[in-house]
Amino acid sequence: MSKGDAQGCLKKSGGLQERDASANASSSPVIAAFKVFQQELDTKHDKHERLVKISRDITIESKRTIFLLHRVTSVTDVESILKESDVKLDLVRRKIAQIAEELKGEDIYQFHRAFTAGIQEYVEAVSFQHYIRHRTLISLEEINAMLVFTEAQSTDAKEPAEEDAPPPTVTAVSAPPFQVIPSDYLLGVADLTGELMRMCIGSVGNGDIDTPFQLSQFLRQVHDGFSYIGNSGPYEVSKKLHTLRQSLAKVEDACYALRVAAAPRSPSTCWPTCSPAATP
Amino acid sequence: MSVTEMFADIQGFLSADQDIREDIRKVVQQLEQAAREILTLLQSVHQPTGFKEIPTKCAKAREMFLLMVEFHWTEHWRFVLQRLAFLATFVGYLECEALVTREEAAKIIGIEVVREEGFHLGVEDYLAGVLIMASELSRLAVNSVTAGDYSRPLRISNFINELDSGFRLLNLKNDPLRKRYDGLKYDVKKIEEVVYDLSIRGLSKEPDNAGDK
Repeated sequence: MSKGDAQGCLKKSGGLQERDASANASSSPVIAAFKVFQQELDTKHDKHERLVKISRDITIESKRTIFLLHRVTSVTDVESILKESDVKLDLVRRKIAQIAEELKGEDIYQFHRAFTAGIQEYVEAVSFQHYIRHRTLISLEEINAMLVFTEAQSTDAKEPAEEDAPPPTVTAVSAPPFQVIPSDYLLGVADLTGELMRMCIGSVGNGDIDTPFQLSQFLRQVHDGFSYIGNSGPYEVSKKLHTLRQSLAKVEDACYALRVAAAPRSPSTCWPTCSPAATP
Repeated sequence: MSVTEMFADIQGFLSADQDIREDIRKVVQQLEQAAREILTLLQSVHQPTGFKEIPTKCAKAREMFLLMVEFHWTEHWRFVLQRLAFLATFVGYLECEALVTREEAAKIIGIEVVREEGFHLGVEDYLAGVLIMASELSRLAVNSVTAGDYSRPLRISNFINELDSGFRLLNLKNDPLRKRYDGLKYDVKKIEEVVYDLSIRGLSKEPDNAGDK
């Protein structure tokens, strides 16, 4: 490129006689370039704002679903609550489809901060529902399978027929698939443990003596999983690990209290006895 | 899939991420080194003797750009990318005393402009580079006077004022770009003071050979 090549340069036309640039502002190529920048930046900021709004809606609806799901410990008709939660989560998935639509052709990491909170909340809600139904931890693949949107109306029954049936696909929404990234999944699951801890303490209060122990075991598994990841994940995960430890401690204490309270009083059965056959 | 297996999977993702981050860090270091070398070369224009050598220095800088390592996408590039955008626009200014376009700056650095075509120079990074250049130019104005060139500050002043008008058109959010833009007014002020000092001492006159670049 010779230094005389003016193609890449934005020269102010007419030389440099005028010190005051504003008189020529409207015709200057520099100003014209900045007008273009203004449009580009405005478009980007507007998209960011739209995504933030959708993310907020997702957060609110997911939180409401979680509140709904907590009621399973205190009512007898668990199935109707689960069905209602399906409806709610379906609405959330439609919102996620909107996010996917906005992100079409964009670099998702550029806008990730706008919607990460909502997505984490959704992961928390959907994994909570999954645990209540199946007593297992939903996998990232299963979550993402539900976020593959189709154009066709699904005529299949919305609720899974069997315990192990694949999750229902979202109906009547046409959008590119949205994929939750591993760190958002981790953060959502970390928040899930808080809800599970609440459920555990709540079920103890309701006289349910099985759920607390199941939950404690499950929480321990999740905690061990997080410990395995340790500090190799994003910083937020390490922070949540700390809260998780506290939740686990509360749950373990509750189980301990139950066990102690339920222990029979007679001295002869206080300690487990070793039968001679068991000794090697 | 058991909980343990699931977490092992996730850990796999995170490890892969870490590895990529490491690779990127290495390449960033190389690029930062290259940027420092180009900067050192261009800094010398502030020396009184350096002024005459501006064209040769620019040519050399362009050569050095060509020798730079390939880019790969990531957030970690932001700093070095803005640095390179600054150097590209600075070289461009030294050559033709005008604002290098984003496309041209990208070409100098050796990357694309649109995301689809690979690693690209986004609007915000380009503008950040322009603002860094503005600071460099305010310094150049001062040193021009020291070196005896009393017309360059006037030209720089016009240019910076135009940049300022341009930036005023933008609707910036409270992000790093906005903060950097806030610094522009100090550069404008500094250059205005240089021009004022020259005019009250009768040292500033319109250059007779304005066409001579």
